[in-house]
Amino acid sequence: MPAEVVVLGGGVGGTLVANLLAKRLGDDAKVTVVDPTGMHVYQPGFLYLALGQANGRWLVRDERTLLRRDVDLAIERAVRIHPEAGTVQLERGGSLSWDYLVIATGARLVPDQIPGLSDGAFGFYSLEDAERLREELRRFAGGRVKVGIAGIPYKCPPAPVEFVFMLDQYLRRRGLRERSEITLLSPLNRAFTIESASKLIQPIMERRGIGLETFFNVESVDPSAGIVSSLEGDKAEYDLLVLVPPHRGQGLIDASHLGDAGGWLPTDRHTLQVADNERIFAIGDGTDLPISKSGSTAHFEAPVVASRIASLIDGSAPRSNYGGRVMCFLETGDGRATALRFDYEHPPVPPQPSRVWHAAKWLFNRLYWETVPQGRIPEVAMRRRGPNRRGANGRREP
Amino acid sequence: MTQVTDVTRSIDARGMPCPGPLMSLIGAIREGSVGDVIEVLSTDAGSFTDIPAWVAKASHEIVAVTEMDDATAFVVRKMR
Repeated sequence: MPAEVVVLGGGVGGTLVANLLAKRLGDDAKVTVVDPTGMHVYQPGFLYLALGQANGRWLVRDERTLLRRDVDLAIERAVRIHPEAGTVQLERGGSLSWDYLVIATGARLVPDQIPGLSDGAFGFYSLEDAERLREELRRFAGGRVKVGIAGIPYKCPPAPVEFVFMLDQYLRRRGLRERSEITLLSPLNRAFTIESASKLIQPIMERRGIGLETFFNVESVDPSAGIVSSLEGDKAEYDLLVLVPPHRGQGLIDASHLGDAGGWLPTDRHTLQVADNERIFAIGDGTDLPISKSGSTAHFEAPVVASRIASLIDGSAPRSNYGGRVMCFLETGDGRATALRFDYEHPPVPPQPSRVWHAAKWLFNRLYWETVPQGRIPEVAMRRRGPNRRGANGRREP
Repeated sequence: MTQVTDVTRSIDARGMPCPGPLMSLIGAIREGSVGDVIEVLSTDAGSFTDIPAWVAKASHEIVAVTEMDDATAFVVRKMR
């Protein structure tokens, strides 16, 4: 009898782990992906969509077309995991049994946790929000733009910084920059979570005339007055407010009593096993790991989980561990970008922004559908030592 | 050091890199009530500057900073 592997979630992590397992195990495993929509969304494209640089249709594909033929796809919503019974209950009735379970259900946006956010702020963390922001930006005739973060953790930590840089470029191109102020409301005492990246980013913000307000954790929005308030007691007036909404784990995790208070899965940082469950693994945005919530993280985690499950099935000793590896691009506007490559032990030393990194990101965006879900990105392309090995301070990266 | 009974909520942020411990504290303050005493255990050197700076900015109170064998305990009272 083949081992039954169920993968919950058809995003980057779920799709990749399913394809890798089916390829490695062949007839020794039956791999099923369960996804409520059956559509795979390329979330890094939302930023470009909001700024009129991408078409929404480019960002969505049928999940079936990304999976190997020997992987089953169930277009169903999973509502409850029963670890003891080894089953997952489905919304439309029935259940699937599993020998090994991979939870790759991601994070959900909970804008209603912040009073006034849904009425008073725009965003680019969903396809619908990015399209709505694109239309609002087309109507925008200048004014005070505030860009902030309404809850931590959130997906793709560089995105708000990328947004302010790209918005600056967008408004200059439209002749509106002179009539506009752009301010990043940062929850920390610097522009970005990672200090080395902040040191690179903040001087560029200054040169571009982009304001930075620190220790501003959004608490509420007053849409009628055009004021956003912080947990620290500050207020900021806006004409256009763009916020990253609060995130939490999926309802499925809460219903299954597997998560912490935020709905995040307690996950072993190296083996990616969910606490106290040897046959359940978690990858991607749904974990509680102290690492970026991003497609890149899921991309590097998926081979580890596939390898460990394959070892458990074929009886060999699991050897693969996740070291916290992440690789992100960070757009700095004007056709330039930098790259953040790091892991649990090594903070990033980002190179000076260049056209090469911007071109690399564009290439990645274009090639994503044919490479990442199938595991076709060559290892060498994602190493911390990339084409530019010198950091922003001129030092060679470790 | 604050008595254990005074602590409303304790957060074990040991091993979390910067700014994880501070973000955990901010999350706990966001969810807590005025008067709550929150303890954060951190092994990150950045917490020595980040946490007091944020607590001062947000007008809360540092009750104690205690260095232990394997971590530092930052105890903060929510003041408003």
